[in-house]
Amino acid sequence: MNLRPILFLVLGLLVMPLIGCQASSRNQIMAASASQVELRSYQSRRFDTADKEKTLRTVIATLQDLGFIIDKADMVLGSVSGTKLGGYSLRMTVTVRPKGAEQMLVRANAQYNLVAVEDPEPYQQFFNSLEKSMFLTAQMDE
Amino acid sequence: MFKRCCLLGLIIAALAGCQAAKVPKQALDLSPEDISNKQIQSRVFDTADEKMVLSSCAAVLQDLGFNLDESCTDLGLVTSSKSRSAVESGQVAGKVVVAILFGVYVPVDKEQKIRASLVTRPIGEKKERVIVRLTIQRVVWNEQNKVTKAETINDPQIYQEFFDKLAQSIFLEAHDI
Repeated sequence: MNLRPILFLVLGLLVMPLIGCQASSRNQIMAASASQVELRSYQSRRFDTADKEKTLRTVIATLQDLGFIIDKADMVLGSVSGTKLGGYSLRMTVTVRPKGAEQMLVRANAQYNLVAVEDPEPYQQFFNSLEKSMFLTAQMDE
Repeated sequence: MFKRCCLLGLIIAALAGCQAAKVPKQALDLSPEDISNKQIQSRVFDTADEKMVLSSCAAVLQDLGFNLDESCTDLGLVTSSKSRSAVESGQVAGKVVVAILFGVYVPVDKEQKIRASLVTRPIGEKKERVIVRLTIQRVVWNEQNKVTKAETINDPQIYQEFFDKLAQSIFLEAHDI
């Protein structure tokens, strides 16, 4: 039996997973999901409140409730970052910005180990917890 | 046929290598455990002076050897950390025994970074009380600089100790939530 094709296959199997991923790790620096608009829409919600501080404090409390420890917060930027460890590392940054005079726009970004979270579901779960703590409905931002 | 199989195999392998890990479902879902952790990590003090509580918290963290990393007093946040040895006598003894019996090198834990993040928040109708919540995590590295543990600390006794010290320093009783 000719072993050559088998050898070729084995070699190919070993090399292919590496090629499939990325040619240069530098590409990660400005890498973004193809559908920026879609991504932003499920990472964001509007709340009917003009109180930025209260919104930020509620975001902090919600992250803590979910097992995150708060790394940083900034009142002017309206940003909060936290990390959850439990065999994995989940890092989240949430920003709160006024939208018009009576609303706050909350946007969340998450990173799971070494990948950006681009799945709608984890964000939905986060906003579910947040709206319970806010006593306000989280509205999708069009 | 064989060629086709090869090609299919290669395509599958290429995809498998790139599969992105998904966030575990329970990671962002409030569980009963999260609620009990909240009780362990929080205490309420009968004072309206949030800033005083926050600065006392920072002082207690310093007493415990933590260095302050970040703070945002407007939002009642102080974060701190300390790097310490993670060498445990049991592990070292195990390493020696394994080395003698099997001649195998087993790396043991060497270093740990402990991070404590503390948040205060006024509560009550007239904001007459302050709730303090402390959360602690640690990451442990072994002799080969590999992470062996990345965990959140939920041991009630550790938190109790902190809140006892805090209550003493602000002359107020710490209430459970």
